[in-house]
Amino acid sequence: MELLAFGDTGWGDELFYATLMTIAVSITAMIIGFSFAAIFTPLKLSNNRLLNFIANSYTTVIRGVPELLVIYLFFFGGTGAVMYVASIFGYNEYIEINAFITGAFAIGIISGAYSTEVFRGAVQSIDKGQFEAAKVLGLSKFTQFFRIILPQVLRLAIPNLSNVWQITLKDTSLISVTGLVEIMRQSYIAAGYTRDPLFFYSFAAVLYLLLTYLSMKLINRLEIRYSRGY
Amino acid sequence: MDFELMITSLPKLLSAATITLKLLSVSLVIGLFIGLIFAILRLNKNIVINKFAYGYSYVFRGTPLLVQIFIIYFGLGQIEYLRSTFLWFILKEPYWCAIIAFALNTGAYTSEILRSAFQTIKPGIIEAGKSLGISSKIIFYKIQIPIAIRQSLPAYGNEIILMMKGTSLASTVTLMDLTGVAKYIISTTFKPIEVFIVAGGIYLFMTFIIHNVIKLLEKKFSFN
Repeated sequence: MELLAFGDTGWGDELFYATLMTIAVSITAMIIGFSFAAIFTPLKLSNNRLLNFIANSYTTVIRGVPELLVIYLFFFGGTGAVMYVASIFGYNEYIEINAFITGAFAIGIISGAYSTEVFRGAVQSIDKGQFEAAKVLGLSKFTQFFRIILPQVLRLAIPNLSNVWQITLKDTSLISVTGLVEIMRQSYIAAGYTRDPLFFYSFAAVLYLLLTYLSMKLINRLEIRYSRGY
Repeated sequence: MDFELMITSLPKLLSAATITLKLLSVSLVIGLFIGLIFAILRLNKNIVINKFAYGYSYVFRGTPLLVQIFIIYFGLGQIEYLRSTFLWFILKEPYWCAIIAFALNTGAYTSEILRSAFQTIKPGIIEAGKSLGISSKIIFYKIQIPIAIRQSLPAYGNEIILMMKGTSLASTVTLMDLTGVAKYIISTTFKPIEVFIVAGGIYLFMTFIIHNVIKLLEKKFSFN
């Protein structure tokens, strides 16, 4: 137990902050993923073949390639890409990108591919009559989308989005390879320092279980809220 | 684009892909076995057995695969007692540690897939078997299991693809699988995009093959 003490003697406070970091990265990645989904879901649903192809290659490639490989691409390639863009604007100094941003972006792109599929499925399973009725009532395009379609999409999407959230949360453990101090990295440091890997990795597992358990509880509430009309 | 690097790294990555496939197939076979046992335990009426099986699948599905590998590879070696038993011959090899972690992980998901497949079998089918005087053992092996396999094929296909991606974590415990070799080439040449295209292409190709084989199997096992 003294291994988990707060302060200089134990690893309690370090692991606590690491847990907050995991939560922060997961939420950021999820938001980035939603932005990607907001772009690619309409492309997937459009009738244009080229746009379809772009969106399909995004989801197929990301869902078919290991997360770790994508993270390595961003970790090693991110700096180069940013420096290349900066050099176009005449800035030639070395730029180091924050591990948080690289990690959140890599995981965000992965989670975005899964979210896109979820939203596509949700939109497609909405009754065609809903779109037509909204149009017939003379609602503006904006109101049609935000007041009629989106609430129904959310209700259908939330159960599957909760799966995406669980995947995203667990995927953040992979960012530890880039050196970002989240649960996994902190446990690795603590395990190396105290030579007690069994305890610290098991404790990391408990922390992840706690996070998945708590988020399940929260999402269940959301689900009830969004299906209150049914 | 450095096409020369892409061509020279292709054979290295392809030979690393065989290690990925080896890890995948061995852990899938063991995992299917574990999954079947735990799915049957989940259907047991005894609450203790039932909860035990549920706890297993909950823990392994609720924690990242990376944690599971690290516990088995770094953690178990810490127990003095284990070092003196024959188990140590297995646990000191990163290859077997990775396989144990993968098998336990995919076993947890497989048990959930099979359990829901067993539960969706219509009771009428089992009753029909009973009324024909077939023993319950044969009903289980000859009626329930084949139907459950057909029911769970699409979900299991997804699980195989997820597991294939999961084997990339073997590179974190010093195994040189496809991702491990890709990372090595990236960190020596600093050409991440080229290597990503080749390695990612190999992964996509494997996904494509698995996807189509499962589709074929689905067709073969369909009833109509």
